[in-house]
Amino acid sequence: MDSAVLTWIVAIPALGALLLSVIPEQARTILRSIAVAVAAIPFFLALRVWNAFDTSNGGFQFVERSEWIPQFGISYFVGVDGISLLLVLLTVFLTPLVLYSSEDSIHQRLKGYLVSVLLLETAMLGTLVSLDAILFYAFWELMLVPMFLIIGIWGGQRRIYAAIKFVLFTMVGSLPMLVALIYLGFHHLDGPSFALTDLYGIQLTQTAGLWCCFAMLLAFAIKVPMWPLHTWLPDAHVEAPTGGSVILAGVLLKMGTYGVVRFVIPLFPDALPVFMPWVAILAVVGIVYGALVAMVQEDLKKLVAYSSVSHLGFVMLGLASLTAVGVSGSVYQMLNHGISTGALFLLVGMIYERRHTREIAAFGGLWKKLPLYASAFLIVTLSSIGLPGLNGFVGEFMILLGGFRADPVTAAIATSGVILGAVYMLWMFQRVMFGPLDKMENRVLEDLTPREIIVLAPLIALIFVMGVYPKPFLDTMEASVATTLTYASGQVPATSRARAVTSTDGDCLEAAGSKVAGCTITAEPQLPAHDGNGHGANAHEGKAGVGHLHSEDPHAGHAHEGSAH
Amino acid sequence: MVETQHIAEQTAVAASFLRYIPLAPLLAAAIHMTFGARAGRPFVNVIACAAVALSFIFSCRAVLELAQAGGGTFLLDPVYTWIDAGGLTVDLAFRIDQLSAVMCMIVTGVGFLIHVYSTGYMSHDADFARFFGYLNLFTASMLVLVLGDSLPVMFVGWEGVGLCSYLLIGFWYEDPAKASAGKKAFVVNRVGDAGFLLGMFVLFWAGAESGHASLRFADVNALAPGLSAGVAALAAALLFVGATGKSAQIPLFVWLPDAMAGPTPVSALIHAATMVTAGIYMVARLNVLYLAAPGVMEVVATIGGLTAFGAATVAIVQNDIKKVLAYSTVSQLGYMFLALGVGAFGAALFHVMTHAFFKALLFLGAGSVIHALHEEQDIRNMGGLRAKMPITWITFAVGTAAIAGVPGLSGFFSKDEILASTFDSGHWKLWALGVLTAGMTAFYMTRLFVLTFQGEYRGKREKYEAAEESPLTMTSALIVLAVLAAAGGYLGVPEVLGGSNFFAHYLEPVIGHHALHMGHADEIAVMLISVVVGLGGIVIAYRLYANGPGPDATFAVSGRGLHGTLGNAYYLDTAYDRFVVGGIGALAQVLWRFVDVVVIDGIANGIGRATAALGGSWRHWSTGNVQHYAFSILVGVAVLMLAVALGVAR
Repeated sequence: MDSAVLTWIVAIPALGALLLSVIPEQARTILRSIAVAVAAIPFFLALRVWNAFDTSNGGFQFVERSEWIPQFGISYFVGVDGISLLLVLLTVFLTPLVLYSSEDSIHQRLKGYLVSVLLLETAMLGTLVSLDAILFYAFWELMLVPMFLIIGIWGGQRRIYAAIKFVLFTMVGSLPMLVALIYLGFHHLDGPSFALTDLYGIQLTQTAGLWCCFAMLLAFAIKVPMWPLHTWLPDAHVEAPTGGSVILAGVLLKMGTYGVVRFVIPLFPDALPVFMPWVAILAVVGIVYGALVAMVQEDLKKLVAYSSVSHLGFVMLGLASLTAVGVSGSVYQMLNHGISTGALFLLVGMIYERRHTREIAAFGGLWKKLPLYASAFLIVTLSSIGLPGLNGFVGEFMILLGGFRADPVTAAIATSGVILGAVYMLWMFQRVMFGPLDKMENRVLEDLTPREIIVLAPLIALIFVMGVYPKPFLDTMEASVATTLTYASGQVPATSRARAVTSTDGDCLEAAGSKVAGCTITAEPQLPAHDGNGHGANAHEGKAGVGHLHSEDPHAGHAHEGSAH
Repeated sequence: MVETQHIAEQTAVAASFLRYIPLAPLLAAAIHMTFGARAGRPFVNVIACAAVALSFIFSCRAVLELAQAGGGTFLLDPVYTWIDAGGLTVDLAFRIDQLSAVMCMIVTGVGFLIHVYSTGYMSHDADFARFFGYLNLFTASMLVLVLGDSLPVMFVGWEGVGLCSYLLIGFWYEDPAKASAGKKAFVVNRVGDAGFLLGMFVLFWAGAESGHASLRFADVNALAPGLSAGVAALAAALLFVGATGKSAQIPLFVWLPDAMAGPTPVSALIHAATMVTAGIYMVARLNVLYLAAPGVMEVVATIGGLTAFGAATVAIVQNDIKKVLAYSTVSQLGYMFLALGVGAFGAALFHVMTHAFFKALLFLGAGSVIHALHEEQDIRNMGGLRAKMPITWITFAVGTAAIAGVPGLSGFFSKDEILASTFDSGHWKLWALGVLTAGMTAFYMTRLFVLTFQGEYRGKREKYEAAEESPLTMTSALIVLAVLAAAGGYLGVPEVLGGSNFFAHYLEPVIGHHALHMGHADEIAVMLISVVVGLGGIVIAYRLYANGPGPDATFAVSGRGLHGTLGNAYYLDTAYDRFVVGGIGALAQVLWRFVDVVVIDGIANGIGRATAALGGSWRHWSTGNVQHYAFSILVGVAVLMLAVALGVAR
């Protein structure tokens, strides 16, 4: 495999953006073609990574590492495990489609838009492959800028309000996260290190663990968004242009859930039993609340936005279950939601371009005039409500199964989301597609254009493939999910170099100043040896593998003050 | 048949052709939906029927191979591993044992007849390709439901048939009422499906506790006897919620009468013969689990008995030909659950089969009438049609007699077995309810028959003049079904009448042996009572309605409140609309307009404004000098780190 392939995947969109910036604005077709071509490169590179990926290895692969700020233990450190690889694939899959569809939805300043989307792709990919906490944070914040511009420049009427709300909400969460990350990095025993592989298994005091976990959960919960921190989302979606909504729903929201998988679950085994039941409760509130509010929306986009609150509630529920099946279901559902909701926003955008309204009441009887559009919409709708045979079911089923293990009552309430999901989606579908075609404006509508078919076809194909044959995706993530949950159970494998950290006051700053020499940088991460077999370990043996992972390490989390010195 | 594997007490025999049973109609559906409209009507008609015929042939082969394989075996086609992650393993595997064989024969056999009938019924509809696409997709889903070797695979079919039901009820989507009926069916079914899901979760984790987390039927039935009473009851009850949805039992039956908005062949296939029996099939499939939960069995029997009775009372006052049949279906499904609840799984399945014959026949006959009268469905505007459509008339008479329990016809045998088992198990109240229901069934069906075919025509003259017997594609299906409705009962003639009860014995490898304890004299007596009650119902209805629907007016006046209550199915729908639908809608509005917009956004915006005000007073900090900013950031980071080190690390 090519060296530095992940770096290339991350960098190519930004380089493409640079290239675009020297092409004149008037050359719309050329601009768009180049953008799509550029975005296709990371897609194919990521496919090659997937092809060469060792699914039996739950650790990080394709790792690249070089010093960045060695004094602080900050490095350029990237790599993927099965979980981040799948989300990378989702990102590089959706972005070209968004760029390609921009011809229909972006009528002004196309160049700036394409540049923004490409920069956003770089930021998203960077966030996903970062294995250094500071690098992660840098990319995390970098995502805000292009998204802010996309909403603020190419958005609807209240775009400024929505854009600022989006940024402010996110920032409120990210600053405490930065503090927590810095704290963690300076509590690494062998000098400051922000490498995730060093931080996993880090021993924190009870209080510190709780606070850091809370800070990071807050940041991620806002991004997801979890109830009651979700109100930025409907505004952002309604104002964002179609492509912005697709990326926002498709990838950006997953950064929150991904953060939980990558940071919260493996880093804070002792805080998990404290927070996860609450996360589960908020997730279930989000599922029901999002569904109920979606039910009474009058604007198509707002309806889909609230449906995201509900769907992401499912994802958080699965993560909070801390069961292998629940977490796997959540990761799968992240992909499904990206595809289904991305497709829904594209479909809403397509009808908006025709009618210049998204009011549900403005439609009715569209099936008669737009059978192809309606059929595509129906498939995506069914995917969204988790019909077996389509992608959404697999994830939802696994999530609820895992959630039921953790707490049957919350899972039972969450299952009502399955009913409510059918209610709001089918009612919307009925009002738009069924009934008489009685509005004059709707009688002249044209069915899908070839370009629109090209955009939708891959999404719909994946909806079927992932529903019928989820194996390649589930196999990719399985070992990584198992590894993550090993950390969550507080079992730090012997190979881990992280040890108990002394934490007398002021030690941290001292460490920042003087322990530079202790900072080790290794080229290869030393992950717990999982003997490449996450399958056998937990699959068919009943209790041990599928059970709820309780914190089983009695001494974990009680700070061993001074012991390590 | 190369390899065998041992599962529980039964041995699986590999039979990789089973997959073609659902695959044939699935492919046909894909063909219809992609280029059926362009390929033309004859092409679609042929493909649609041929696909189901192919399934039927493969089903026959399966039945033969099953017989050859001998006792204690079943056929298994493990197609591939569908889900395998985190300890959950679900194989997409198909299974033919005696139980699924019977269901397969019903689905493909009756299904084939209804497909043929549909080619005639839909011959004027421009949207034929979409129709047959849905209909074939339904057949495929139903076959997955029936053939699935595990609960999740069954659930795929379970939701698949729900989807097709939704699409077909709302087939004429331009009518908002029909579209709404489809949505209602889907949503109400989803309520049941939620129970199904939770039931699966209970079983999965119970299996994990005992070391084998699996949702295969063989494993679940092996696990069930060892379950604690509470867990078994919870799982059985939750799954039964699913059954009440799909099989239209109290309290979730409300979708089925509305489902009559779909084209009539759909009502015959989905809402009478096949899909609505899925709940019965599921309970029979999990018979070991249900036997381990005796309390739930009582609930099943009671719900079944009450549904049978309640729906029959409603059917008496309906005037829409399809509504009568719809409530009749709800009622007959109640009988089947009654049988399940008293442990007579074989009797339940026997009634599934005979009901598929005579109810499909009745619906198709009704469709023939509706077709002839150009969408007239009100029996008050019918009458005297026997002269116009003799085949429909005769076959409908056979169907009516069969469901009314006229001795010798199929319904007599199956209903008698249910009532005898109920009485035998000591549920004499439910038995009395069942007998009463039998009388009412005979009454409302005779009323329907007489008002439709006998006497004088009462509707618009020109409709009558234009009416004629349906084409051969439709009548041939009627004739075959009439033969089955008449003779189908002889598969299960009870021993007391000199038969061998072949049907029940055939199913024994799957559902176990069930014998009556009472003596032959008692059995005969019980049988005679229901026969007399049934014949009484026929005679009374015939005499009352021979001259038209006049007596209804008398009932309506004399029992004003009751008549209204029955006519509106005990106002259950109204109550759901007002309290459940209305309540949820109001709650949703409050959550959105108050909690979201006022409370949460109010707080967020309030903080925003406060910050802005604060920022205004600090404006002089914004000097535009980069060095100042850099310094501020440095100070800020230092302060943060200090705070962290001091505060958090304690």
